[in-house]
Amino acid sequence: MESIPKIPVAQWVSDATELTTETFGFLFDFIKNDFGDFIEIVAEDWLMGIPVWLFIAIVGVLAFFVSGKKFGLTAFSVIGLWFIHNQELWEELMNTFTLVVFASLICVIAGIPLGIWMSKNRTVEKIFTPVLDFMQTMPAFVYLIPAVAFFSIGMVPGVFASVIFATPPTVRFTNLGIRQVSHELIEASDSFGTTGVQKLFKVQLPMAKKTIMAGINQTVMLALSMVVIASMIGAKGLGQTVITGLQRAEVGTGFVAGLGIVILAIIIDRFTQNLNTQRGEQ
Amino acid sequence: MPVIQVENLSKIFGKNAKKATKYLDEGQTKEEILEKTGNTVGVNRASFDVEEGEIFVIMGLSGSGKSTLVRLINRLIEPTEGSVLIDGEDLAKMDSRSLREVRRQKLSMVFQKFGLFPHRTVLENTEFGLEVQGIDKSERKKKAEESLELVGLGGYIHQFPGQLSGGMQQRVGLARALANDPEVLLMDEAFSALDPLIRKEMQDELLDLQETMKKTILFITHDLDEALRIGDRIALMKDGRIVQIGTPEEILVNPANEYVEKFVEDVDRSKVLTAENIMKRPETVDVEKHGPRSALERMRKEGLSTIYVTDSRRNLHGYVTADDVSEAARQDVKDLKGILRTDVPQIQGSTPMQEIFDIIHDAPVPVAVIDEGKLKGIIVRGAVIAALAGNEVNLHGIDS
Repeated sequence: MESIPKIPVAQWVSDATELTTETFGFLFDFIKNDFGDFIEIVAEDWLMGIPVWLFIAIVGVLAFFVSGKKFGLTAFSVIGLWFIHNQELWEELMNTFTLVVFASLICVIAGIPLGIWMSKNRTVEKIFTPVLDFMQTMPAFVYLIPAVAFFSIGMVPGVFASVIFATPPTVRFTNLGIRQVSHELIEASDSFGTTGVQKLFKVQLPMAKKTIMAGINQTVMLALSMVVIASMIGAKGLGQTVITGLQRAEVGTGFVAGLGIVILAIIIDRFTQNLNTQRGEQ
Repeated sequence: MPVIQVENLSKIFGKNAKKATKYLDEGQTKEEILEKTGNTVGVNRASFDVEEGEIFVIMGLSGSGKSTLVRLINRLIEPTEGSVLIDGEDLAKMDSRSLREVRRQKLSMVFQKFGLFPHRTVLENTEFGLEVQGIDKSERKKKAEESLELVGLGGYIHQFPGQLSGGMQQRVGLARALANDPEVLLMDEAFSALDPLIRKEMQDELLDLQETMKKTILFITHDLDEALRIGDRIALMKDGRIVQIGTPEEILVNPANEYVEKFVEDVDRSKVLTAENIMKRPETVDVEKHGPRSALERMRKEGLSTIYVTDSRRNLHGYVTADDVSEAARQDVKDLKGILRTDVPQIQGSTPMQEIFDIIHDAPVPVAVIDEGKLKGIIVRGAVIAALAGNEVNLHGIDS
């Protein structure tokens, strides 16, 4: 055992990262600059441009209709958002919200097609299952290192690290949802002469919708959980306030910012869950 | 030309299907092949034709391969060997594009557990086949509504399948299959999931619809009573092989082997057999030729107490009793007309045995089986009892 020298895995990974950075530097720069600017415009010019009272009102009205005309979610959303504003964390909230939305969108756009591919092809499923396991179990902090190497610091590496960490549930649930569609319904579809695409869009995806939405809900929650971690590499938002509290040993500051994250998490979770209804269900 | 021609169709599940096919050709059984190769024989060299407008029932217990067989016909399962000709075109050799076209235009399937899409309304479900073909919205809606009207679901078009009872769901399944106006309807245990009363109702409705539609229907079932009720012809399957093909009567009356015999043992024969199957050749006298003396002679010879009287074209005139005839003979009457009795219990050749019971019970003389006024045969009580007990009966009536 002792005769085998230490395998320089760490060195290999570092080299690979460096090589990637050099090779795709132009692409990373483009993403860092243009995409980064776009995120900032959305967060600072658009979202923060909306008066706070109007923003809260809009969320309140949406909550009312999304929850099926009940007042619980509406009241919680309005009071929760007002509280965050009251604690002077509105800008941080908007930054966090933007980061979560962008990360989740990218996860969904990449994750659903990948999930569909896995459901259609057993080999692809076999290859990607361990990759997804890896992505989800690797400590999230580790993703910060290449993120910084590629995109230096700021919102963009934050989104990058969140995407890697948060994509797996969408992929898995899409795959699962499609595979769970009953054999008889697939036969029924085939017996009427559907093409692969028709079967996918008319039968499999609508039938899998509920499962896929559950996956998206998980993805959004995971993206939100990356907020604090991503703030360590300069992603703006509520996470930064938590880190500040940690560094200065201010329990109160950290707690209030943490509470803000919890409120945001609950609102997003309930919204995505309430949107998850299947047609024809009793 | 038959609409469906199946020749030597086989399906072997598992690897090494080639090797197993060889054993199959050597005539080895399902068990032997499973033991030697680990492969399961789904269907073993099935051959049959289905004629246009016919209800052809494939009947077998679970595991007999009947569901596999129906799926080989629209190639939901790939055949290992053999051919399936629909209108003379071999489905087994088609590319996927032509196969899709055949599925869209010629074959529709109805499923055991209905196979309805829960996220689509009744109307949208019914439209499915037409939608897949790219038919425009207003036309497919019209066709789907007509089809739903046909199965009596006109008022439920905006409901979801989950809101309907089993019987209604299967009506939707049937409407969806009919909306395409296919030549062939494949029905895989279509009524098996329904409770007995609804099942019978659906069978009646299918037969009613068939009167007007004249589709070619391939119907799969494990229920012999159902097979006998709706099938024009029945194929009996066991261990992937077709054991016997025949009309319901042929199967009941001439079972091909012990298996079929055992199978049909418990059938309520009174529902299947008709007067024709149990009638006997009648002894008659000719009203124009015979007088009381020859009638009496005849009755004495055959040991009869009554005898039917016809003319030379076998038109039934009535019957005479032994007492009347001997009385007339003594008085030297020359013909039978004066003593003819006309209270004849009559039935048609197609009258089911079930309905004969009452008539025969009240009848003073053997029941006459009449076809367009002509005497075809007679039924005596003993024959009814013998038929119920499963004894030999006549398959095609008697030669007269």
